[in-house]
Amino acid sequence: MTDKITIEIDGRACEATPGEMIIAVADREGISIPRFCYHKKLSIAANCRMCLVEMEQNGRPFPKPVPACATPVCAGLKVQTRSPKALEAQKGTMEFLLINHPLDCPICDQGGECELQDVAMGYGRDVSRYVERKRVVMDQDLGSLIATDMTRCIHCTRCVRFGAEIAGLRELGATGRGEQVRIGTFVEHTMAHELSGNIIDLCPVGALTSKPYRFQARAWELTQAPGLAPHDALGSNLNLHLRRGRVMRVHPRENEAINETWISDRDRFSYEGLYSEDRLTAPLVKKDGVWEAIGWSEALQLAATRLKAAGASLGTLISPAATLEEMFLAQKLTRGLGSNDIDSRLRQQDFRADANAPLLPWLGVPIAAVERQQAILLVGSDIRAEVPLLAHRIRKAAMENEARVFVINPYALELTFPADQLVGTPTANLQDLAAIAKALGVKGTGSLKDPLAHASPDAGHRAAADALLQAGSGLILLGALATAHPDYALLQALASAVAKAAKLNLGFIPAAANAVGAHLAGALPQVLPGAQAAEVPGAATRAMLAEPRRAYLLWQLEPGHDLCDPALATQALGRAEFVIACASHRSPDLEALAHLMLPIAAFAETAGTLVNVEGTWQSFRGVVPPPGEARPGWKVLRVLGNLLDLPGFDQDSQAEVATEVSNLCADARPSNALRGTLKASSAPAADLWRIGNVPLYRLDLLVRRAPALQRARGAGCFNAHLHPEQAAALGLAAGDEVIVRQGEASVRTQVSLSATVPLGCARIPAAMAGSEHLGVQIGPLSIAKA
Amino acid sequence: MSFRSAPLTVPTPPEVKAGLFTPEIRAALDAQVAKYPDEWKQSAVMPALTLVQDWNGGWLSRQLMDDVAAYLDMPAIAVYEVASFYNMYDLEPTAKHKVCVCNSISCMLNGSEELIHHVEHKYGVKPGETTADGRFTFKEVECLGACRHAPAVLIGHSYHEHLTPAELDKLIEGLG
Repeated sequence: MTDKITIEIDGRACEATPGEMIIAVADREGISIPRFCYHKKLSIAANCRMCLVEMEQNGRPFPKPVPACATPVCAGLKVQTRSPKALEAQKGTMEFLLINHPLDCPICDQGGECELQDVAMGYGRDVSRYVERKRVVMDQDLGSLIATDMTRCIHCTRCVRFGAEIAGLRELGATGRGEQVRIGTFVEHTMAHELSGNIIDLCPVGALTSKPYRFQARAWELTQAPGLAPHDALGSNLNLHLRRGRVMRVHPRENEAINETWISDRDRFSYEGLYSEDRLTAPLVKKDGVWEAIGWSEALQLAATRLKAAGASLGTLISPAATLEEMFLAQKLTRGLGSNDIDSRLRQQDFRADANAPLLPWLGVPIAAVERQQAILLVGSDIRAEVPLLAHRIRKAAMENEARVFVINPYALELTFPADQLVGTPTANLQDLAAIAKALGVKGTGSLKDPLAHASPDAGHRAAADALLQAGSGLILLGALATAHPDYALLQALASAVAKAAKLNLGFIPAAANAVGAHLAGALPQVLPGAQAAEVPGAATRAMLAEPRRAYLLWQLEPGHDLCDPALATQALGRAEFVIACASHRSPDLEALAHLMLPIAAFAETAGTLVNVEGTWQSFRGVVPPPGEARPGWKVLRVLGNLLDLPGFDQDSQAEVATEVSNLCADARPSNALRGTLKASSAPAADLWRIGNVPLYRLDLLVRRAPALQRARGAGCFNAHLHPEQAAALGLAAGDEVIVRQGEASVRTQVSLSATVPLGCARIPAAMAGSEHLGVQIGPLSIAKA
Repeated sequence: MSFRSAPLTVPTPPEVKAGLFTPEIRAALDAQVAKYPDEWKQSAVMPALTLVQDWNGGWLSRQLMDDVAAYLDMPAIAVYEVASFYNMYDLEPTAKHKVCVCNSISCMLNGSEELIHHVEHKYGVKPGETTADGRFTFKEVECLGACRHAPAVLIGHSYHEHLTPAELDKLIEGLG
């Protein structure tokens, strides 16, 4: 159906595709038709009746007004949206909608930005004729993110359809009948989906509103500024709503190629972390174990002196969510001092592939192309927690494109689409991938010889291999749990071999907002700016900590939470002569380990560039001032460079730094091809493995300080999650106090039972209060009753 | 993606389904499910709820609705929607007998309100309540589809049409 037809709306000739709905054509033409239930991303319900229009075909008028959202266009169609008949129908609908809607606009959070209010002004009567009693509906507790005022609900069912169609988890429904219809969960239920906040935007009235933002501001007091989500690697586009230099709330900014019209709850509510009590507001120095505020010039002088003294023995660890500009200047500073030891891969433990790994790894396909895949193999990824909106794209591939999805993971995932899951210990994960490779006919050479020789493909592996082989377009993705795997190098080599054999694209799901940018900025020991291979590679995160450096520069990270091996980090940093921490927030581990803390601006407070998972460069401006003495990170680094008399630190603006990086990146093309063959053997098997996943709302410093998110389900639970049979074999029951031990590191926790964890594993999340006492995220573990 | 074709939940494993209800109920449910195409299993939700309600002595507990949802691979909320919409499902315990008076347009015009008032006064129950002696539950229901001989009353599984208060009294007195 590619033939275009011409229809007439309000006397204007409009081009349309047969089968399109009238409202879609009108929207494209900028002709406004009032509506409540229609939403372009959701199925058509046609239950609000607000979009009634008058229509005629080839001169024959329709006897009744028709809903524009559910009437397909056809040749010879003439539509009147403002004729007396249409207006009368719209006015009538409006009057019915207002019968049970309370007149509480002055105390309603939606007041001033309410679709019902706007449409009532435009299409309603000026005085109400209704004098009878109005309906009252009890509110529901949907958790810490969404506030309800269900009396205001007009039953458009957008939120219900969102749950079924987009989230893939039906939590809300319309129960009851006639006047008794209620939108809600019917039973006590907290919304658990990671995209649930989008129903706040979808709700045309004030029935579903943001709980953290409740009663904080009025729509007309806010100004809007574009922003960029600083958490996952998608780089969702945001609209930041500001009042008097403060971010009041965050909304999605439509970008079809990246986040469509949605954002995850993490991106929506993390702004609260900007206003936590422990913001760093002045440079602090530790004198005799006590933190004292000092001036910037004194602090920078001290930092410069110490950095100079450390020279080549400086190790720089930078957050993979830092901006491109910060990363570039940090590596310039580190390399200028004669050290190549800078790394942003904080949650990786196996760096054996560094000499072979791609110089600019990425998703392998554009984000929007994920939904067009026919087969997807996810290796080591809790995708819903890692990149919620990428999980949505995979769901679209599975549902609309009927893609087969396979998952190899150290615990079973709760997914919102059908998938075949191969769940096992990290050793088993490697073997499963090797078995699929073998089933695809991969010949074992080099370091793959051993895993492939031991692989014995079963029916499941063969089914996966067949599906991958038959897919016209397929994708194999390595996620965060693969990155933290002790044999990440082998997983990469195997994944690459599988991709080659089955003609799939290989993709990496990076850890954070600018992990791809880190390769462009050169914030890795083996990569120079412009994604060039370094002649003399420096030490990666693990080596930097295993052989302690004299001084460390920590950029926007908490050593106890953001590193793969907190115990090792604590030890190494504790032995260093001087640790400089540049961070937006203070934290107990930084206070214990650092000697100097420099306050830097966080999300929305500074300008910068982030390069997302598909390699798109997106810049953003600082729209609110940083608190107290905090300064944009790139400025801090620039001044440090000047104080150290290093060349190339004379940029006057963030844009100048960005231009410098982009000039260096003129030839950089993302590629996931491995360079050369890898030489590595697999890690020894363990009796019991720790699986340290990072829960949804523990990803970074800012999220960990957002109170509403911390009360939501995605905040994780620092228990030892064991399979019931595993617990029984260890003589443990749910609720038992246990000591878990990784080498010398140990901590006390409780046992929880979960059938999602395979035998031979204990899922003990990372980045939680308590996990800072433990070792590597994925590694051998022992567990004993306390 | 339309609302209907979206798979609505993760299928319940067969071993869990095998532990729900009784073998007889499961066989009866399977017979209902077999009437529909595989991917439209949830179409059997209404007969399933009826079966389970009769088995449970006339009402549906939340657990039973959840079990029906699991058996038909539906989200629980979708079952709550159906069960709360239709009058023939009761979500609270009821008496053995249910006296259901239709109050939709034809019956109302032909005297159903009189029937309702009569029952309210004579037996001291409001619609939705059970008599003090526990003999029957009185319900006011939506159209029974018996407009030709309005007013209609449903008692148990039998329709009674063209009723006057006196005739209704007789029927009620005849209940065991």
